[in-house]
Amino acid sequence: MEAIEEQHNFKSYLKKKFTGTGDSIFFAARFFKEVFRGRFQWQEFLNQCYMIGYKSVPLIGLTGFIMGLVLTLQSRPSLAEFGAESLLPGMVSNSLVIEIGPVITALICAGNIGSRIGAELGSMKVTEQIDAMEVSAINPYKYLVVTRVLATTFMIPVLVIYTDAIGFFGGYVAMNIHSDISFFHFFSAALAKVYFTDIIPALTKSVFFGFAIGIIGCYKGYRVTGGTESVGRAANSAVVAASLAVFVIDMIAVQITDLFQKHG
Amino acid sequence: MGNEETEIQTASTENENLIEIKGLHKSFNHNVILNGVDLKVKKGENVVVLGKSGAGKSVLIKCLVGLVEPDEGQVFVFGKEISTLNYKDLNETRIKIGFLFQNAALYDSMTVRENLDFPLKHHNRNLSREEREKIIIKELEDVGLKDSIDKMPSELSGGMSKRIGLARTLILKPDIMLYDEPTTGLDTATSKEISALILEMQKKNNISSIIITHDMTCAKTTADRIVMLKEGKIIAEGSYEELQHSDDEWIKSFFD
Repeated sequence: MEAIEEQHNFKSYLKKKFTGTGDSIFFAARFFKEVFRGRFQWQEFLNQCYMIGYKSVPLIGLTGFIMGLVLTLQSRPSLAEFGAESLLPGMVSNSLVIEIGPVITALICAGNIGSRIGAELGSMKVTEQIDAMEVSAINPYKYLVVTRVLATTFMIPVLVIYTDAIGFFGGYVAMNIHSDISFFHFFSAALAKVYFTDIIPALTKSVFFGFAIGIIGCYKGYRVTGGTESVGRAANSAVVAASLAVFVIDMIAVQITDLFQKHG
Repeated sequence: MGNEETEIQTASTENENLIEIKGLHKSFNHNVILNGVDLKVKKGENVVVLGKSGAGKSVLIKCLVGLVEPDEGQVFVFGKEISTLNYKDLNETRIKIGFLFQNAALYDSMTVRENLDFPLKHHNRNLSREEREKIIIKELEDVGLKDSIDKMPSELSGGMSKRIGLARTLILKPDIMLYDEPTTGLDTATSKEISALILEMQKKNNISSIIITHDMTCAKTTADRIVMLKEGKIIAEGSYEELQHSDDEWIKSFFD
């Protein structure tokens, strides 16, 4: 009897998981259909760009500065041991542009923006605001989801560039703690090691990070059922899923970049 | 099938039944909510749906606007079967239906002005900002809350939210209004005011309405006809006075 019950529970669990996965794929696929359908909501898109981009500037800036500073301070002794301290600006800029800038920015945004979108849409769902939009013959997916996903997709690469720039500055400050290097000299040495082939893959993966953070936040919020406690759960699971998605995309991006570099 | 539909559509329009529900069934996870509901609402008529909590009253009106898809049965609004409409046609029908949600469902990131402007701007693109502003002020005057135009929903009381919700719904000049427990959570005086406002708006705009409520004062004030929903079925209908003198104990319990 217990075995039958367990089997039934397992079947229900599998069914739930498969239904959830299918639903999330359809939800994401709908984005590509809706983005080209009807009138684009420019005002809401710009508003979201402001909320996602401008409002994240202090947090992202501080994180970028600390990352640049810490990276430089921690790498310095190893390089100094081999007498290669002059390579430090180039190493810091390379690390920041290729990996640390995009991933750290995306993780901060997964926490900050992913949870905000999940909680916002979740509370709109439980207070019937999304239904109110639907019955007013306004497509809530187009108005709420398309604008937010496009805003994250567009703004996260912009924030990555900003993080890199602030990170460089952090590196410059760290260099000056132990040695005396001019601003111009540091930046010349740093930028000399950054190639176009480093910037393009980094920004391309940032676009995918942005899309994943936006669509996951929206999906978790849009599919909230029940009361207000489920809004908190939606925000939390949006952060977890978006952070995980960032690592998975990063892993795939590294493989693809590696493949191109081998054949290039 | 196509001819049958056309006949039904023609019949509905001739009898001026703006809403016609036939054999509506809806279940959630094997829990039967609606079990064969039949209902007609004529033009200009106010129908109150009474029933205990969980009887499926809200699900019934959500089926009318396509928010809930029925398992079985047909829902005709303006002679069109809702489940057969594509998204564009469904939205064209929805514009002519107003829906006042239980908690008003005001967009909490927008001011009262923006809440009213939102549907207006989307569906009347030819109107200038000044023209829209005039319409918004007129609607707010009708519900007696012109001074709240710049307030955020969080600054409004329950009664005020309901009034603003009503104004936002009426701004598109619907032919049908659906009210989901419009007086729930309000004090007696405010409930009476909302009920009176529903009646006033109905008379002023010749709107057909379905009002879901537990509030007998609201039912008495607004109903042309009351239908009683029990275990997913309509078990009785009539005027307030007719049902008040019913022999059925369950029906009488609502009027005690």
